[in-house]
Amino acid sequence: MPNASTSFFGWVTFLLNEYGELFLRGTGMTLLIALTGTAFGFAIGLLTAIFRTITPKKDSLIHRGLLSIGKLLTSIYIQVFRGTPMIVQSVVIYYGAQYAGIYMQPTAAGILIISINTGAYMAEIIRGGIVSVDKGQFEAAHALGMTHWQTMTSVVLPQAIRNILPSVGNELIVNIKDSSVLNVISVSELFFQAKSAAGAYYRYFEVYFIIAVIYLILTLTVSFILRQIEKKMDGPDNYVIHGSQSDSRADIRVSVENEKEAVKRWNK
Amino acid sequence: MEQVIEVKGLQKAFGSHEVLRGIDFAANKGEVTCILGSSGSGKSTLLRCINLLETPDAGEILYRGRDILKGGMNMPQYHAKVGMVFQQFNLFGNMNVLANCMAGQMKVLHRSKEESEQKALHYLEKVGMRAYVNAKPRQLSGGQKQRVAIARALAMDPEVILFDEPTSALDPEMVGEVLAVMQSLAQEGLTMLVVTHEMGFARAAADQIIFMDQGIICERGTPAQVLDQPRTERLRTFLANML
Repeated sequence: MPNASTSFFGWVTFLLNEYGELFLRGTGMTLLIALTGTAFGFAIGLLTAIFRTITPKKDSLIHRGLLSIGKLLTSIYIQVFRGTPMIVQSVVIYYGAQYAGIYMQPTAAGILIISINTGAYMAEIIRGGIVSVDKGQFEAAHALGMTHWQTMTSVVLPQAIRNILPSVGNELIVNIKDSSVLNVISVSELFFQAKSAAGAYYRYFEVYFIIAVIYLILTLTVSFILRQIEKKMDGPDNYVIHGSQSDSRADIRVSVENEKEAVKRWNK
Repeated sequence: MEQVIEVKGLQKAFGSHEVLRGIDFAANKGEVTCILGSSGSGKSTLLRCINLLETPDAGEILYRGRDILKGGMNMPQYHAKVGMVFQQFNLFGNMNVLANCMAGQMKVLHRSKEESEQKALHYLEKVGMRAYVNAKPRQLSGGQKQRVAIARALAMDPEVILFDEPTSALDPEMVGEVLAVMQSLAQEGLTMLVVTHEMGFARAAADQIIFMDQGIICERGTPAQVLDQPRTERLRTFLANML
């Protein structure tokens, strides 16, 4: 048991021993909520964005009517959830649902809130990604006879998603941090656990220092993994030419690096 | 003569600007129709209307006698029969050369992977790009991209291919390789509709030349008639400027 003369590091060691498991469980909960919330949010955003990029059929009044009602609803959804703080959304949704007789598990409520909130941001991010894909890609797909859905899933979205991957990663990092607001509805994530640990010995600075380091490790790891995924999606800079003029079985490897070097040598 | 595409009284306006003001012509099976005209004459819009990338305001587009604007046939089917090659190539950036030539076959024609691959390789061989099956579009030159785009269109076994200024975005030294491919397709009897500024190609390959000006067809005929004996002042000026 530490006393008044115990140093900062003494307290940190003590608290880690005492509450290490609690922090670990909180970290697990934070990761679970952030990852599933971002994944569901991405799915919500994807569907919303695809819907918002459908062009209305000129000759069908019903098609046009339904489409504009749908677009109005999605735009209300985006504006409301981007325009209010998530901490307020948490309380309103959690206790509002109780009004309707729905008593949610805090964890389930947390995932729901993060998903809906992230979905609103993702819808705009993904729409931006779709718009950034060259119009010629849509035209070429339509000219081959692909439907809007086929064009989206096999041509446009793979390119759009590659373009927006940095923003999606950003959302995941924001969610790892901002899931801490869910402590207001008693979700047992990292911040909530820290609050109870800090209260036990009144050691606020030490406890929050520990969880700051944990949050930082989480976000740095996630950024690193995302960068690797980006690199992987870009594929190699090299490609293989099959066959040569003298030997059709030979593979010729063309590397962009080699070509650059060759050009350099040539210029000298 | 068997008509593959027939256009009757086609009109299209963008806002108050009338781009097409009543176009009538037919493309016969196995023939090459070249469409000439200065920029803004409506020739690209005409091709884009035939492919339904633009919706015409009035008129008829008949595919083998069926009016496609009145729902004469289902759209994916029509698009599979009428291929298109774009000025900007528009190869799918997320796919390699082989996948570019297989996507349409598998998604639209529901061909098996093996069959699609076989067809794709066959046509890539034909345009001299078989060696590059693994390359991504961004790794290819303009001329190579356009040859892949032609193979992609051919792999759908279309009845007719529309070429929208296929060599206009190319470096001069790459124009030849694309025109050579198109020339050989013409000789094999592919029905082609070509918007182009390449007079040499038009003279050598065309069965019919259409000269458009301000949204109407100004003159039409064989290369000899149109290129050597222009009847209107407008065409004479155009030809003089091309030389």
